[in-house]
Amino acid sequence: MKIVTFACNWCSYAGADLAGVSRLKYPEDVRIVRVMCSGMVNPAWILRAFRQGADGVVITGCHPGDCHYMVGNYYAKKRYLLLKELMKFVGFEDERLKLLWASASEGKKFAEEMDSFKKLIEQLGEQKQLRWTP
Amino acid sequence: MSVLVVGGGIAGIQASLDLAESGVKVYLVEKLPVIGGRMSQLDKTFPTNDCAMCILSPKLNEVARHENIEIINNADVVALEGSAGNFKVKIRKRPLYVDREKCTGCGVCATLCPVNAVDEYNEGMNFRSAIFLRYPQAVPKVFAIDKSKCIGCGICYNACVAKAVDYNQKEEIVELNVSSIILAPGGRLFDAKKRGEYGYGIYKNVITSIQFERLLSATGPFEGHVYRSDGKVPKRIAIIQCVGSRDEKTNPYCSSVCCTYATKHAILAKEHIPDVEVHIFAMDVRTFGKGFEEYANRAKKEYGVIYHKARVANIMEKKDGNLLIKYEKDGHSYEEEFDLVVLSIGFEANEELRKYSEIFGIDLNEFGFVLTDSFAPIETSKPGIFVAGVASEPRDIPESVAMASASAAKASEFATERSFAKKEEFPPERNVIGEAPRIGVFVCHCGVNIASTVDVVELAEFAKTLENVVFADHVLFACSADTQEKIKRAINDYELNRIVVAACTPRTHEPLFKRTLMEVGLNPYLFEFVNIREQCSWVHTDRARATEKAKALLSAGVAKAKLLEPLQFVEVEVVKKALIIGGGLAGMVSALELAKQGIESYIVEKESELGGNLRHIYYTIDGKNPQEFLKRLIKEVESNPKIKVFKSSVVESVEGFVGNYKSKIKTPNGVEEVRHGAVIVATGAREYKPKEFNYGHPKVITQVELEERIAKGEVPNSVLMIQCVGSRNEERPYCSRICCQVAIKNALKIKELNPDAEVFVLFRDMRTYGFLEKYYEKASKQGVVFVHYTPENPPKVNVNGEEVEVEFYDEILGENLIAKPELVVLSAATVPNEDNEITSKLLKVPLDANGFFLEAHPKLRPVDFSTEGIFLAGIAHSPRLIPETISLSLASVSRAMTLLSKDKLVMDANKAEVTKERCDACGICVKACPVNAIEIVEFKTRTGVELKASVKKAVCLGCGICSASCPKGAIVVKGFTFDQIKSAVDNLLEVVV
Ligand code: FES
Repeated sequence: MKIVTFACNWCSYAGADLAGVSRLKYPEDVRIVRVMCSGMVNPAWILRAFRQGADGVVITGCHPGDCHYMVGNYYAKKRYLLLKELMKFVGFEDERLKLLWASASEGKKFAEEMDSFKKLIEQLGEQKQLRWTP
Repeated sequence: MSVLVVGGGIAGIQASLDLAESGVKVYLVEKLPVIGGRMSQLDKTFPTNDCAMCILSPKLNEVARHENIEIINNADVVALEGSAGNFKVKIRKRPLYVDREKCTGCGVCATLCPVNAVDEYNEGMNFRSAIFLRYPQAVPKVFAIDKSKCIGCGICYNACVAKAVDYNQKEEIVELNVSSIILAPGGRLFDAKKRGEYGYGIYKNVITSIQFERLLSATGPFEGHVYRSDGKVPKRIAIIQCVGSRDEKTNPYCSSVCCTYATKHAILAKEHIPDVEVHIFAMDVRTFGKGFEEYANRAKKEYGVIYHKARVANIMEKKDGNLLIKYEKDGHSYEEEFDLVVLSIGFEANEELRKYSEIFGIDLNEFGFVLTDSFAPIETSKPGIFVAGVASEPRDIPESVAMASASAAKASEFATERSFAKKEEFPPERNVIGEAPRIGVFVCHCGVNIASTVDVVELAEFAKTLENVVFADHVLFACSADTQEKIKRAINDYELNRIVVAACTPRTHEPLFKRTLMEVGLNPYLFEFVNIREQCSWVHTDRARATEKAKALLSAGVAKAKLLEPLQFVEVEVVKKALIIGGGLAGMVSALELAKQGIESYIVEKESELGGNLRHIYYTIDGKNPQEFLKRLIKEVESNPKIKVFKSSVVESVEGFVGNYKSKIKTPNGVEEVRHGAVIVATGAREYKPKEFNYGHPKVITQVELEERIAKGEVPNSVLMIQCVGSRNEERPYCSRICCQVAIKNALKIKELNPDAEVFVLFRDMRTYGFLEKYYEKASKQGVVFVHYTPENPPKVNVNGEEVEVEFYDEILGENLIAKPELVVLSAATVPNEDNEITSKLLKVPLDANGFFLEAHPKLRPVDFSTEGIFLAGIAHSPRLIPETISLSLASVSRAMTLLSKDKLVMDANKAEVTKERCDACGICVKACPVNAIEIVEFKTRTGVELKASVKKAVCLGCGICSASCPKGAIVVKGFTFDQIKSAVDNLLEVVV
C-alpha cells in the first residue's frame, strides 16, 4: 500500500512530528510531503499521485480558522469537495482521497487517522483505476 | 549594549523577539531548564480555541535560533548594581547535569531512566523520569537531571551516545553588563487548598482549572481524555469561579482571565464529552476582552453551557466520589450533585517578586505585584527596569504580549547600538546556474534514534545509486559542529551544488544547514531536508519496512533537490519614517516613542486639535489628572522636531508596501506627499449615542456627559446609572470593557464631592477586572447601591415632562421598584469610528464583525496586521482603558521598530512568481491571495501592452493558495513549485515496498 499525505507546515506537519516525538506508531505506507499550506495543494498533484500508483491520498491542514494564512484550508476544502465529485463522476473510489484537520498538538489524532485510513484503503485493495501501466 | 529579560514565558519570549529583531542583544534568563511558561501548559486558547502549542512552538524555535538572543536557562538573577543604561547583573546558573552543547534532545536517556517522579508539567497527574525534558516541544531541547529524584544509577550516562550526561556539573555565576531590564517572571496560581470549604486535596474529584487544562490536552496525562480519579467519564461538571480571587480572605482583586478560560473549559469539555452537562458558578461573568463576550454567548447558545449567578458556599463528597455543591442564588440556597468539580483558580504575585524587589530595588503594590503608574504602565519605580505580563497585574495572553512588546520598546531606548547578522560574513555566492545538479546526501544516525530503526548505512548506499548524487555519507549527528565542517568540505571537494540531509524535522534544524551552505558560498535554497526521524524511525518498528520508507522519502527529497534553484532573499530598502493615523492618546504616545528611538513620524489628525477621547476625561479612578497629562503630551509632540503633525487632515491614498510607502495627505493647505516605511493605525473609537432609555431628554445623559458636568462642579444629589447600554445586545454583541470602570469612577467622584448623594447602578455583570475590583468594593462600602438586571427584564425609563422615572425589578425583593433620580446616566457602549471602513479600504486591512480593526492574530499578534508594515494602536483595536491604550501603542512602536531599525529588510525567498508567458491576467490569483500581494499590471511587449499578474514580493507570504488556483499553472511558489512537488510525489511512489 502507498499513501501520500500532503501536510501543511504550520499545523499538520508539526502534528505528524509530535506523533514521532511521542513515539506513536502508524503504518509505514504513509509518506508525508511537506507543503506550506493545505491551500497550496494542487489537485493535479493528487491525480498525479494516483496515476503513479498511490492507493490513497490525504490532505491535512490546520483546523478551520487556524490556517497560518487565514483562508488556505478553506480553499483546500473546496478543491477537495470538487475533486471528490469529479472522482465519483468518473467512477473512481473517492474514499481514497481524505481531508484531515490536524493541529500541531494532535499527534495522537494524526497517528490514529493514518492508521484507520490505511485500514480503509486495505479494504478497498490496490488502486488500479488511475494507475498508469505501460 | 544589551537587555536582560527575566522570565521565559510568553511575555519574556515576545519581548526578547522584538528586541532581537530590532537589533538589540538579549539575555533571556529562565528559572526552569526550558522556556515556554504557563502558556506551554495550555491546551487551547480563548476565544478562538486555537491550539496553544501550535502558535507557541514557532516562537520557541525562533527564540532558540535567533543570533541576538542568548537563553540562560535554569538560572536566576542574584545581584544587581549600577543604573539605567549601565547595569551589572550577576546570574546564578544551576547545573543541568547535562552538557547543553552536546545534548541533541533525542530523549533515549529518559526512556531508560528507572525513576518515576511527579510530573509538574502535567500538574502532578502523571509521572516523568529523573532525567527529563519538561514537554516535548520545549526549548532549549536539552534534557536535565532532577538531582532530588536521581538515584545515580548511571544508566543515562552510559546510554547517551553524545556523551552529554555530566554528573559533576557545578553551579556557575555569570556576570553581564546590560543597559536595561525587563521583568516578566509571570504569576503564580492560587493554592486551592487555602479554600478548605471546596475540599481540594481531600476530595479526589475536585481539581483545579490548570489540571483540567492538562486533562483536556492531547499531550496531557490521558492523551486528551477527561477522566475522573476512578476512570469514569464525568457527565456533570461544575466549574467554580473566583477561587482565590475577589475574596477578602485571600486575594481581593479579580484575576481577569478565569471567566473566559472557564468558558473555554466548558466548551472544550462539551467537545470532548458531547453529552456532558457543564455548569459555571460565577458572581459576575467577566468576559470583557475582544471577542470574549461573543465567545461566552456561543458557549451558552451553541454548547448549552449553564451559567449561574451564584456564590458556592461549600462542597461535600459522597461515597461514590460525587460532589454536593451548596450555592446561593437570588437570595436562596440550593444544592446540586456533580461528578467532577473544577476550581477556577486565580493569579497571585509570583513568590520571586519579593526577592526581585529587593535585588532590583523596585516597589511592589499592596498585592505584591510590581507597582506601576496608570500613565506609565510599563515602568517600574526604578528607571531602566520595565515590567511585562502578569508580574504587574493578572492579565491574559494578548495583553501580556502587547505589554511585552511595549516593554521592548521602552528597554531599547537605552540600547544605543543595534546589530544585525551581516551578509558580509559570508563568502560571495558561487554561481551554479547552468551547472548540472551535483547532489550530496548526508544521512543521520541521530545517535541511535534513527539508526536503531532505519538501516542508515544501507540508506547512504542507496543514495549513491540515485541520479545526480555524487556524494553520500552517514554521520552520527548531522547537526553537530563537525558534521557541518564535513558538509562544507564535501561541497568544496566534490563541487556539490545541492545538499540533501536525511535526519530530523526541518522545522527546527533547517536554518542551521542553510547557514552551513552559505558559509561556503552555496545558495541556501539549494538545500532539501528529509525527515526520517519524527516521520519514520520514531513512528515505525519494522526495520526493513522503515528502511524502505526512508528510501522512498530520500529519493523524493533528491528528486526535489534536483529541481531546486538558487533564490535570492527579497530585500527592501526601508524608509525610516512612520505614518500615524490618528492624533489621540495612542497616536501621540506612538509618535513620541518612535522619536525616542530616532524615528521620524507624521501624525494625521482629522480634528483641528490633538487629544482625541482623552480631551473628555477629567479624572481617573486612581485619582490622577488626565488633562495635565494630555497637555504635557501635546506640548511634547508639538515641540518634537521628529514629529510632524497634520491637523484637520486625512490620508487620501497609501501606496507601496512594507518598508516603502508613499502616501498623500489632504491638509487644509493642499495635498502633501510623504514617504514612510510603516503605518500605525490609531484612529480611536467613540462613545455611542444611545437610542435607548429616552436618551435626549435633559435628565438622561451618558457617562462622558456626566463626567463633563462633574468636572464643571455640577454634582447631582441622586443618580441612577444603567450599564451595558448599547453593548452586549443583538446589534453590538461585544462588551465595551470600560463602562463598568467609568460608572464606578463617576460614582466614587460623586460620593467624594457629595457624600449624601444617592447613587444606584443597575448592572448585568460588574466587570471591574484586575485591581479595579478594589474600587467596586470601595463603592459598595460608600453606599453605592448595585442592583442586578437581566437583558430579558431590563429597566424602563419613563419620561413625564421634566421628570424621569426608572422602573426596575429587584431580584432579591422579588418585586418592581421605582426610582426618581435627578439624573439617569447611561453607560453607553464604545463604538468603532465611522471612518474605519475608509481606512480599512485605504490600507487593505480587515475589520472585525463589530467594525473594529482586526489584528493578525488575537493571541500572539495583537498589534500586527496580517499585512506586514501596518500596525494597530489604542482603542481602534477594541475598547480599553488609558494604561492599556498606552501599552498597546508602545507595542505597536516596538513591532514597527523591528522594521524601522533596519536599513534593509531581508525576507525569505519562498515567494510566488508569475511565468508571464502563461499568464492570461484572469485575476483568479488576485482574488485568492489572502494578503493582496498580487496585482494585474501592464507590461510592455513587442506587440504592445499586455496585462499580466505580478507579485509584490515584499507582501507575499508564500502560502501558495494562488498557485493551486491558477488554471494555467502560471504562478508558482519558489521552493514548492508545481514540478518540484510533482517530481517528489513521483519518486515517493516509485520505490515499492
Ligand atoms: S497553514 Fe495549515 S492549512 Fe494553511
